[in-house]
Amino acid sequence: MIILKYSEVEHTLTDEKIKTDLLPQKFGTRGKIWTIVLVILCLVGAFAYVRQLQKGLIVTSMRDYASWGIYISNFVFFVAISLVGSLITAVLRLSGVHWSTPLTRIAEIIAVAGITFASLIIIVDMGRPERFYHLFIYGRLQSPIIWDVTVITTYFVISILLLYIPLLPDMKIMMDASKGKGMYKLYKFLGSFWKGTPMQHRLSNKAVNILAIAIVPVAFSIHTVTSWLFATTYRPGWDSTNFGAYFIAGAFLAGSGAVAVAMYVFRKYYKLEKYITDEHFDKMGKIIVMLALLYLYFNINEFLTPVFKMKKSEAAFLNGLFIGEFAPLFWSAIIGGMLVPMFMLLFRKGRKPFPMFIAGIMIVVGAWFKRYLIVTPTLLHPFLPMHNVPEEYKHYFPSFDEWAIAIGSLAGALLVVTLFARFFPIIPIQETIEEKHEKEHDHQ
Amino acid sequence: MDTNNTSRKEFLASLVTTGLVLAGCSSKDNPFEAGKEENTQLTGEKVKLLSVDGQVIEVDKALLKPVPDLPPVSNSEARIGIPGKKFVMVIDLSRCKNLRKCQEGCNHMHHIHSNLAWVKVYPMEEGEHTAPYWQPTICMHCDEPPCVKVCPVDATFKRQDGIVLIDADRCIGCRFCMAACPYSTRVFNWEKPDTVSDELAKQPYSCESSVPQKKGTVGKCDFCPDMVRKGELPHCVSACPNGTFFYGDINEDSVTNGAETFRFSELIRDKAGYQLMDDLGTKPSVYYLPPASRNFPFEKGLENDNEKI
Repeated sequence: MIILKYSEVEHTLTDEKIKTDLLPQKFGTRGKIWTIVLVILCLVGAFAYVRQLQKGLIVTSMRDYASWGIYISNFVFFVAISLVGSLITAVLRLSGVHWSTPLTRIAEIIAVAGITFASLIIIVDMGRPERFYHLFIYGRLQSPIIWDVTVITTYFVISILLLYIPLLPDMKIMMDASKGKGMYKLYKFLGSFWKGTPMQHRLSNKAVNILAIAIVPVAFSIHTVTSWLFATTYRPGWDSTNFGAYFIAGAFLAGSGAVAVAMYVFRKYYKLEKYITDEHFDKMGKIIVMLALLYLYFNINEFLTPVFKMKKSEAAFLNGLFIGEFAPLFWSAIIGGMLVPMFMLLFRKGRKPFPMFIAGIMIVVGAWFKRYLIVTPTLLHPFLPMHNVPEEYKHYFPSFDEWAIAIGSLAGALLVVTLFARFFPIIPIQETIEEKHEKEHDHQ
Repeated sequence: MDTNNTSRKEFLASLVTTGLVLAGCSSKDNPFEAGKEENTQLTGEKVKLLSVDGQVIEVDKALLKPVPDLPPVSNSEARIGIPGKKFVMVIDLSRCKNLRKCQEGCNHMHHIHSNLAWVKVYPMEEGEHTAPYWQPTICMHCDEPPCVKVCPVDATFKRQDGIVLIDADRCIGCRFCMAACPYSTRVFNWEKPDTVSDELAKQPYSCESSVPQKKGTVGKCDFCPDMVRKGELPHCVSACPNGTFFYGDINEDSVTNGAETFRFSELIRDKAGYQLMDDLGTKPSVYYLPPASRNFPFEKGLENDNEKI
């Protein structure tokens, strides 16, 4: 029934109509205000970073015990959210799912923006950012940080290619549409070699297939290795064999939440109802429910056994999380960022666009705070008691500079997605046309 | 390079003996100009010395010149360590009353930021009905150092004499080592240390003395190899009036707090020495003697504590 409706809608679309619908459009007032706000937030973050460069990390609230704060949790968040690129583009593509085509580019640009800002925010956290090159001239393979640098760089390159190669046929369409305009030169520079010959199509298909296969292990690696930055230490709350899988499950959930939010926003403001249909929200909603269940499972797995044992070294940490100073945040993240969205999306009405948007926001915000809860509480529960240190060393609440930089980086990632959508088609034009033709063919 | 090392080693080996003999000599003369003073008046009084090849020789007292402070070894030499040594510390918990002179001495000599400390003293109590005691901690100089394992740039390294050091000129300030260390022994220079003068800050950094501490890098106890090269004890050892810290070489099987010297193996055996959190597999080079038959009641230490327990 639904499938019939879906093809009926597509049936009424001509190739030309698809092109004009999907070509990037100028922003309206709301789009402009949104962009300006993001730019301002980025500038405030940049200003705070300049201050940090001058004075040192003393401008943060991090001290010897809470030696990692929201910079690191923000880094983990960015890596997590970028994983969705591989889920939608690779996992769904390889399993022969076609309905996700209009979502691939949204997922891929979120991946590129996420991984870019993950790399930037990790440099912000360094005490000596000007020595970043030491990682390359003195790098030691034994260190999980070097593993992380390696896989994140690889993931970045593959993600860029997975964004770029499928963009080539669209680049040709955009060149035709933008003759004589400012952006023409950019499109020409990026894609003038694409002639659309059968040979080029064959090569591009092959390349995307290879990349889609390659990105799956790399995606698993980036987040598993990121979890190992914690799990390779002895500390209560990090010393866990569950950490890799726990991080991956959480990352897919966070990324899918972000895609749901982006789907809603692009559909509404770019008027893409014919391309991102209720059907898409329904299917994406079901995927999110599955991922939330998976994440719930890994959460239970992560906490039930240590709580059952209540080892002396872990008791203070676990109490802090479940009933102590971190409990309000912890339960908000678990209930608001996982359980409530999951129950919402269990119902067909919950999988309509607007409820999906709300659920997506809850998931993403919950995910951000969950990352904070993974990083900092552990550091505030060391093996030896915190004693005879200044009072500020025993607690952590991010300073203005940290908030400004963290928010600036989030705004920066959103700005990348926004500007991309301004200058490139957020839904693949050529692929949509081709799939329509295929469907018509099947229909006859 | 190799020949240099050998001669240096020999030179150092004779240093302690020479140093003792030279104690009475004038320190105003520049020892490097000894060759110029060809008309030194011989006193006729002979002094017995141990030569570099192990022979006892006699030298006229007038020819003896004081040895100046050696320049610090280069940072690439500091990565190798002092050949043939394996340094060890024994901390006798029955002697500590939280005076924290160790901390004071260490902070002063290393010009550590006033908020930070490499030597920390913790009030400890194992269980509900067990007795409290004071536990000083320094870097454990682990033989399986978790901090060295995770360092991405080899800024913190393990030497063949067992010491774990930091090259502050290489450290990128990622603080992974701080997360990895279970003993909370590492500190971070969140800003330029308030105790480092502009003049001191200009000095080249030495891995063996860990001076000057630099903004945005990690610091920690270095086991004072620079003092060892001078034939002296680490600052915490000599600062403690109660003789809590014993420092020595496990290969020589001896440890000393300056006033008393023990066979390391006998001390550990007789007093039932142990290592901190050795169940983690870190193999620390610091040993503790249990706080049995204590010299001071625990409460005595509370007077010196800034913090309510």
